[in-house]
Amino acid sequence: MLDLRLYMAQRLSALVMGPLVLGHIAVMIYAIQGGLSTAEILGRTQGSLLWFLFYGTFVVAVSVHAAIGLRVIAHEWLRLRGVALVALTWGIFGALLALGLSAVFAVTLP
Amino acid sequence: MTRSSEMLHVTVQRGTAQDPRKQRFDVPARENQTVLDVVSWIQQEVDPTLSYRFACRVGMCGSCAMMVNGVPRWTCRTHVSRVAESGQLDIAPLRNLPVIKDLATDMDPFFDKWVAAEGRHHPTRGRLEEFDPIKPDDPNRVEANLGIECINCGICYAACDTVAGNPDYLGPAALQRAWTLLNDSRDADRSGILAAVSGKGGCHNCHSMGSCAQYCPNGLNPMRAIAGLKRETVKAALRWKRDA
Repeated sequence: MLDLRLYMAQRLSALVMGPLVLGHIAVMIYAIQGGLSTAEILGRTQGSLLWFLFYGTFVVAVSVHAAIGLRVIAHEWLRLRGVALVALTWGIFGALLALGLSAVFAVTLP
Repeated sequence: MTRSSEMLHVTVQRGTAQDPRKQRFDVPARENQTVLDVVSWIQQEVDPTLSYRFACRVGMCGSCAMMVNGVPRWTCRTHVSRVAESGQLDIAPLRNLPVIKDLATDMDPFFDKWVAAEGRHHPTRGRLEEFDPIKPDDPNRVEANLGIECINCGICYAACDTVAGNPDYLGPAALQRAWTLLNDSRDADRSGILAAVSGKGGCHNCHSMGSCAQYCPNGLNPMRAIAGLKRETVKAALRWKRDA
């Protein structure tokens, strides 16, 4: 159910997420200090390759990490297995990736 | 010595997995009495059809493990005074294993997983060759020592919630056996063991909840062994990627 490949994918995605979560929280705290408006935030993020890579990487890592974690729960608690389990894993991965990337595109595309 | 007026109120799970039922027995309480004594008293004095399993009675053979008040225990070394709650004992077959009848479980899945985890010796030399000396203070030997006193009682397997949720999971005992072999310089199939514990039921399914270490009657720590296997499989995978 959770082989070495999935185990490493989940650990490595956690490794990627760690600093990005800290960066995200730090930016949030910094950004609200002076009371930034939506327009001011979008002015900084739109067209920025840095913010696109920052949150794009975060979304990919979250999609991998959460899909594998929920796969384990679905198997152990709901007894899901076989094709249904694979479909659920990829479905969660795809849904999180699509939702996350659409948000990233919305704030970073020029 | 008998506390003649005192009785233990014992419920025992009877029947097969398809038709389990609880049966009540009143058993005389004694000063020194193990849970296995209680089960044997019922079988000898009340109902000779009660099925259960034991052999050595001294904590060596690993055959008498049962659930006692919901906890897996070696019944021959478990004193009633330590586990009875207000004179009540609830005795059931080991969790996570198919019931054959009453308190006897089918241990096949448990031992099949030892084989699946490559929990057998793979010799490096023939019987006519000198054997490889291992120093007692060798770090690998010291690590293997922590796991070799396993008596295959199945208590860790019954205690493991990951086994309960994921029947493919090899379980703490089989993985600990694989770990002791991995630390044995006389074992020739290191890569075979690492491959065997890396599959879909392998060591990576362990959530490190630690019930195995909590309930092991010999005080072993299979969780530590499994953590070691995770470490070594990841190292081997990274090496393989580098070598490729």
